[in-house]
Amino acid sequence: MNRLREVARMRWRQASIPLLAIVLAFAIAAVVIIVSSAFTSTGFDPFLPFSAYASLLAGAFGSGNGIANTLVAAAPLILGGLAVGLGFKAGLFNIGVAGQFLVGAFAAAVVGSALAGWPTLVGMPLATLAGALAGAAFGFIPGFLKARTGAHEVVTTIMLNNAAVLLLNWAVNDLVRAPGFSFPRTGDIGNSALPVLLGRNLHLGIALAVLTVFAVRWLLDQTTIGFEIRTVGQNPHAARYAGMRPVFITALTMTLSGLLGGVAGAIQMLGVIGFYAPGITASVGFDSIAVALLGRSDPIGILFAAILFGAFRAGAPLMQIETSVPIEVIDIIQALVILFLAADLIVRRVFRVRGTKVEISELKTVTQSWAGGVGGASPT
Amino acid sequence: MTKNSGGSALQPPSDAPVLEMRGITKRFPTGTLANDSIDLDVRRGEIHALLGENGAGKSTLMNVLYGLVTPDAGEIRIDRERVTIRDPADAIARGIGMVHQHFMLVPVLSVAENVVLGQEIVRAGGILDLGEATKRIRLLAKKLGFEVEPGSRVDELSVGQQQRIEILKAIYRNARILVLDEPTAVLTPQETREIFGVLRRLREEGASVIFISHKLDEVLEIADRITVIRRGRVVGSRRPGETNENELAELMVGRAVSLRVDRGRSHPGDGVLEVTELRVRDDRGHEAVRGVDLSVRAGEIVGIAGVAGNGQDELVEALIGLRRPIAGAIRVAGRDLTRASVDERRDRGIAFVPADRQRFGLVLTYRLDDNLSLTRYAEVPFAGGFAGIVRDFRSISANAVRLIQEFDVRAAAPSVSAGTLSGGNQQKIVVAREFRHDLKLLVLDQPTRGLDVGSIEFIHKQVIARRDAGVAVLLVSAELDEVLDLSDRVLVMFRGRVVGQFPAEEAQREKVGLLMATGGAGA
Repeated sequence: MNRLREVARMRWRQASIPLLAIVLAFAIAAVVIIVSSAFTSTGFDPFLPFSAYASLLAGAFGSGNGIANTLVAAAPLILGGLAVGLGFKAGLFNIGVAGQFLVGAFAAAVVGSALAGWPTLVGMPLATLAGALAGAAFGFIPGFLKARTGAHEVVTTIMLNNAAVLLLNWAVNDLVRAPGFSFPRTGDIGNSALPVLLGRNLHLGIALAVLTVFAVRWLLDQTTIGFEIRTVGQNPHAARYAGMRPVFITALTMTLSGLLGGVAGAIQMLGVIGFYAPGITASVGFDSIAVALLGRSDPIGILFAAILFGAFRAGAPLMQIETSVPIEVIDIIQALVILFLAADLIVRRVFRVRGTKVEISELKTVTQSWAGGVGGASPT
Repeated sequence: MTKNSGGSALQPPSDAPVLEMRGITKRFPTGTLANDSIDLDVRRGEIHALLGENGAGKSTLMNVLYGLVTPDAGEIRIDRERVTIRDPADAIARGIGMVHQHFMLVPVLSVAENVVLGQEIVRAGGILDLGEATKRIRLLAKKLGFEVEPGSRVDELSVGQQQRIEILKAIYRNARILVLDEPTAVLTPQETREIFGVLRRLREEGASVIFISHKLDEVLEIADRITVIRRGRVVGSRRPGETNENELAELMVGRAVSLRVDRGRSHPGDGVLEVTELRVRDDRGHEAVRGVDLSVRAGEIVGIAGVAGNGQDELVEALIGLRRPIAGAIRVAGRDLTRASVDERRDRGIAFVPADRQRFGLVLTYRLDDNLSLTRYAEVPFAGGFAGIVRDFRSISANAVRLIQEFDVRAAAPSVSAGTLSGGNQQKIVVAREFRHDLKLLVLDQPTRGLDVGSIEFIHKQVIARRDAGVAVLLVSAELDEVLDLSDRVLVMFRGRVVGQFPAEEAQREKVGLLMATGGAGA
């Protein structure tokens, strides 16, 4: 009983700031909605936030379809969030999920369309695997560069994001362009698509994403590899002293992170998009950073954070239809959540959170990345 | 809160207490009673030593004085006037200065900029005026008996110089009561002498100094009065003339302590460590170890004496595999390990207690059980199962429980993080983990730095026990007494070379000390 209370208190200590940051973000966004209502056709309406948030909730969870939409939107965010979160555990800031997502999606589209006529049990796993491997390879590059030369992963992954977009545009135009379409795109994935489990669009990728949450959790908490990753993130000097090889762990972590980003792209491709064409959105890559921060890099936390962000995406259209509050309000809320996470002192003051401060080490990784890269493993 | 007594014209007579702390009590949320109704008074022109083991409550008491910790009960009087100190700004306004163990200086700023930080003299238009400050700093430094170049950057100064800048900073802010938290822990013997000179000058100027320490000899040398604290209570107050090291140690620890270890006879066996012509570079690329030959036999303690920074750190880092030598060979039990990984060396029976426990020895955010298996995390029984990568938490926990008991670590549970422990207990965690039973070679770098007498006695006994069990021990220490007390053979390192070698019975303090300082060039 006492133990249970202890565990509950620990969990609350970890989750309180993210949860309260969400509450505060909604409150501030409500002010924005009220103020902006005065300048629109609806006219000044102090109760507009209530109806808007109610429609948002209804759109996201009010129907079977809504829940399915939420989960479908959450699936790539779960995997992308895990990719960023895993990097944070090793003291690395992988901003390259956008690029890894694209190469994963592309590889899955190419292999999927090549095997479009084969049974699903052949095409789907192979296409997913192709996406995973492509993402891993794309994550290995910055990992290798950091391990070998000390090149900071923030710089290299940002550049590789652009490299991915341009490289894949070229590839779709000149290498794998499917005949018979008026614009460059890959062929149909046919049987390689992820089977729909329920309703219109609830595909198998969601199950895969949730399974991956537990796999990553197991890796981090239960295995020596996870222990190495966390030790390198917490204290690379002690890691070296303990006989670990921070250089190797850094490259490995970036590769695994890229793999998760690649799978995110693959399931989005095989479950939702269906073919690769220049200009497909990689916003998942950047939302993943927010998801990982909100989830405090904890796999379970990331699961919930991704579902929340998925719910935003799934519920926003209904909010816009029913209350004329624009979808962009969601971006405001997401931005505010991250702002309050970073400036957690505000949250503490507003809600009078007591107790010792739990340092958000992920944010340290982020800020140090921008301040010239003191964090992470030293290359020597 | 009537007036600021900082500039009071009426100075009290010298035997009147400048500072009185009465019944200070502080219980932390964790339940620890850090201060239990402590009384302390400090007189004008007095160096008052606060002596106690790690975790006895010295720092808490001083943090109360400096406004960093709010006491549950008790009052503070300065010049007989009751004061409330809410934060360090209050403390500074009342003439209290604090020099922390870890310096609070901005490395890239100049001495003058650091000293005036927060009290800048600003000309019209918000332009910083350092000219006036520079003059005052030179004057103050002269008064305190040392030289300082206000324009030089702080990161170019030695540790000892930085500490003097900290003192200068406090005096610049008109501190009349100066608190120094273990000021000598980071200093060489020479620097310690210099800082004592500064403290004596301060005393002559009428300032009061509270000197926190757990080094008995230093306290006896510098203090006018010594107050001993044990487990949050004052257990005694002495003048240096009426006491001695043994009595102070007993007061501090609560039992009789042997300050000199009984080393017994060594029975050296076969050669274990064989280092030939070893050359190692430091971080800046300079050759720090310049051709060292040494050997350690089983069942023998070889001590390396030397002023810090003469290549000892680079030598041990090369031995454990954290630094790659540029030339020479390291052989352990006949096997060449010059280029072996840390991991392989550990497999061959080498263990290492690093000088910087917080940087290398521990992951402060990790639980004690993880730290107690940190260097063996991938070995059976700590890992197994699928592909040998699944951690066995039952073994990890059992190992922790056993070592915590065996090494008498004061910790609530194996699940608390290492960062919550006192320095002495942190060191015990490292020592407990490294002192395995199947060792061949034990490399100790400053194994007792910053520890109290109780912990030192314990660790020394453990070192002797390992030697008697046939382990080869290489001990590096900046504490000459420690090297002389423990070693069966003493080597002296100077500028990257071994310049002298003595069997224990011929290693006299003066002889070794002279060699440490001069390298034997003049002798």
